[in-house]
Amino acid sequence: MRSRATVHAWLLLTPALVLLAAFTHWPAVATIWHSLFTTPRGNRPARFIGLENYADLLDDPIFWQSLWNNAIYAAATIPLSIVIALAMALWVNARIPGRTALRMAYFTPTVLPMIAVANLWLFFYTPDYGLLDQVLRGLFGFGATNWIGTPETALGAMIVVAVWKEAGFFMIFYLAALQAIPPSLHEAAIVEGASRARIFWRVTLPLLGPTTLFILVNAVINAFRLIDHVVVMTRGGPDNATSLLLFYIYQAGFRFWDTALASTLTVVLLLILAALAAIQFLVLEKRVHYR
Amino acid sequence: MKLTRRTILGTLAATPLAASALRAPAVHAQAGTEIVFNYPVAVGGPITRLIDTLCTGFQQENPGIRVRPVYAGSYQDTLTKTLTALRGGEPPHVACLLSADMFTLIDEDAVLAWDDLPGVDRAWIAGFYPGFLENSQTGGKTWGIPFQRSTIVLYWNKDAFRAAGLNPDVAPANWAQQIEFAQRLTRREGTNVSQWGIQIPSSGFPYWLFQGLTTQNDVRLMNPEGTQVFYGDPKVAEALQYWMDLATRHRVHPPGIVEWGTTPRDFFEKKVAMMWTTTGNLTNVRTNASFPFGVGVLPAGRRPGSPTGGGNIYVFKAANPAQREAAVKFAKYLTTPERAAQWGIDTGYVAVTPAAWETQAMRTYVAGFPAAAVARDQLRDAVAELSTHDNQRVTKALNDNLEAALTGRKEAARAMQDAQTEADRLLRPFRR
Amino acid sequence: MSAQAASMAPDGSGLLARLVLWFETAAAWFLGIVWIAPLLYAVWAAIHPTGYAARFELLAPLTLSNFAAAWDAAPFARYFLNTFILVTMILGAQLVLCTLAAFAFARSAFFGSQVLFALVLAQLMVMPDVLLVENYRTMRDLGLVDTIVAIGLPYMASAFGIFLLRQAFKQVPKELEEAARVEGLSTLAILWRVYVPLARPTYIAYGLTSVSYHWNNFLWPLVITNTVDTRPVTVGLSVFASTDQGIDWAIISAATLMSSAPLLVAFLLFQRQFVQSFMRAGIR
Repeated sequence: MRSRATVHAWLLLTPALVLLAAFTHWPAVATIWHSLFTTPRGNRPARFIGLENYADLLDDPIFWQSLWNNAIYAAATIPLSIVIALAMALWVNARIPGRTALRMAYFTPTVLPMIAVANLWLFFYTPDYGLLDQVLRGLFGFGATNWIGTPETALGAMIVVAVWKEAGFFMIFYLAALQAIPPSLHEAAIVEGASRARIFWRVTLPLLGPTTLFILVNAVINAFRLIDHVVVMTRGGPDNATSLLLFYIYQAGFRFWDTALASTLTVVLLLILAALAAIQFLVLEKRVHYR
Repeated sequence: MKLTRRTILGTLAATPLAASALRAPAVHAQAGTEIVFNYPVAVGGPITRLIDTLCTGFQQENPGIRVRPVYAGSYQDTLTKTLTALRGGEPPHVACLLSADMFTLIDEDAVLAWDDLPGVDRAWIAGFYPGFLENSQTGGKTWGIPFQRSTIVLYWNKDAFRAAGLNPDVAPANWAQQIEFAQRLTRREGTNVSQWGIQIPSSGFPYWLFQGLTTQNDVRLMNPEGTQVFYGDPKVAEALQYWMDLATRHRVHPPGIVEWGTTPRDFFEKKVAMMWTTTGNLTNVRTNASFPFGVGVLPAGRRPGSPTGGGNIYVFKAANPAQREAAVKFAKYLTTPERAAQWGIDTGYVAVTPAAWETQAMRTYVAGFPAAAVARDQLRDAVAELSTHDNQRVTKALNDNLEAALTGRKEAARAMQDAQTEADRLLRPFRR
Repeated sequence: MSAQAASMAPDGSGLLARLVLWFETAAAWFLGIVWIAPLLYAVWAAIHPTGYAARFELLAPLTLSNFAAAWDAAPFARYFLNTFILVTMILGAQLVLCTLAAFAFARSAFFGSQVLFALVLAQLMVMPDVLLVENYRTMRDLGLVDTIVAIGLPYMASAFGIFLLRQAFKQVPKELEEAARVEGLSTLAILWRVYVPLARPTYIAYGLTSVSYHWNNFLWPLVITNTVDTRPVTVGLSVFASTDQGIDWAIISAATLMSSAPLLVAFLLFQRQFVQSFMRAGIR
């Protein structure tokens, strides 16, 4: 009986597993294998060179810069998008006037294609007559700023676009969680004379724990995946100031046709993701019951 | 089978592609030769229609040959698509790609030299402007046929010139005048600048515009074999210093990286009085500028000069003998004086042969719109666009360091030395 | 919700509380304006002549010619068709594959279930986007480059979908399944008659997420497609926007509005249901 259930389960799983194996597990392994070879060019076939590609990578300043940029990008987009999403959800869920309109406004970035809005953001960031500069001049009398043409501000500009894109989507998850909290909990807390802040920290936030972890997983992935706007707006420039790991992979693989470099970079990215996954799942294990 | 599917789906979408497929008699598609032609332009738009018309016209003249154009977007996208298709086993037979990608295509063992193909005669190839052929030939062979070619020119706002007390019909002739004019054209309101004197775009592919400056400073960026670059030459750093000084010392040029895509808009918005950009922008400026504008050759440094740019037609090894023959016929068809002239008139690109400029249509056009001839006049002084083996990365080494210098993170000499070191590393395997 | 809002209201309604409320409202609206700004700008630029793309004058002349120009400038109808086929195909495959897999994981532990589930979850972190170089190689070997199937294949078995549906199935009471079994239903019939209907909110929430994700996905389709016949709207839009001759925001805005209109309208119509499905699905 038990073995029959096992056979059933495997039959049910086979279609999904075949695809997962073909497009997730196999490529993850194959990329490690390919990172040990040279790039085939013209009539020169790929040659096994062991770890040489990794040695080259250590000497590659663009790799280090992309890694560093990505670290900043992740460190900024993850907390910012989560905190903003939470604030949005609380507002939209509570008594702010016009919350239906606000909910719509917050959510629109999710349905707009990044590739399209990137061009609009390009206008916002245009020096002098761009929207951002027009507003800043109107409000504070600031001069023109070359937001994406200056290394100091370019990465920040990319971060803002990413947070803008993500926060509304995360808000929906928080909103669903907030609406599922029984009102009786709040009422009980109010009866006990708890302040609003206290209710938030002691009642609401702990109940949002699992949601936050779920959103965190998504935010972490997006910090390494969401590069559409970089492709459109800066192409990694100026001087690689906005080059992120996946963008560099794309550039190496499909602009330089250097598959060896692209594979090696992919392995590094996989290692980072694996490390982050391990950390997250250790936390998850403690917090939520998984099975 | 394939044709039916495309025809049905295509009709739904009413793509120009399907339209040409429908126009072509089905018999030819099955019996004759079909060549796939990758073209670097966004689908739709005026250029697509021109290419469609050219393909149809060619098919009428040559029953039995069908040309299937594939519109692939920017030059970068088209090259990417072409090379990935090459590795995927379904490459195009003919493609219009950057002349600067010649070495990349040769290294990928993707293209054929035109000289060896049946039907190619020396006279045809000798008929193109030598300035355009520089980027099309190496090792004594011709790899690309010039077609959609351009150079950099200077556009200026005549109203702004008048307001600054300059003669609106005279462009700056040399580097010193360029600064002087720009100084008079830069308008400040307090700490803000309401109009910059000049703008040389530096996003994406700053090397191309920079090559204008280096050529004017009388220095070459690479050898004809594409195995050596001269980024480290002191004259290169000098040219870069001139560019940097426009923004930092003379303060007549916006600081930081100037976006290529928004530069024409800056010009229309009167945020800048003079801009360097491609001749391919001529039609765009003509349509959108609300003021009278001038077009001139770039100001001279030690000498006048500009790089050429734009696309050549390549023929791929994947083509079978019949397709190779068809490719030659097609390339010849596209570059007859009348068609090259009409193409130049319709698009703003530079007609590629002197003969084209002698046609009646072109003479009439230039008489009415003298700006069109500026690019041709500049060809005398034009040099080949930067192009080497491993072109994408050797160029990126220069681009990155140019951007670093222009954003104030590196000294000119140091930046160019770094670019040289990186390029040397990349080019070592090709020298032997 | 109103009960809850009332319960959140400060009891004393003192000056401080009112100040806080005022401040929060201002902050919420400020954020709202920033968040909607690109869309508002797109509308502005799209319905005015190009010259007004950067100048905001109340009395600027209105025009619809930008839409006509954008529609004319690229085969958007074809792109829409491609995206539609793509999104439908992916969603259909995801629903079937994830339902079967989630059902297997949800019912009971079987030999290898833990290892397999861990293997599935790996895809939560390693999205197909990250593996585009290798996946391109695979597609080439399969001869699928430049097909709509190739855009969809890597996403069809979705760890996210399996995970969500497994959670939903686990909440189905065992008694229901046993009752159905007594009635003589087969395993697949039980899945279809008992589990799937009860997980409906999860299906809706997941379906909407999937559709908006794949409608807007860009990098992988950019890499794997070559021609008009296969390009989805996003890639078509990027090809359309990247020209040698500078950016025309009026036309790009018109194209942006056109390409996101179906999703935008669907969201406006169903936004309440959308949030509720997330809530009922227990995705939180």
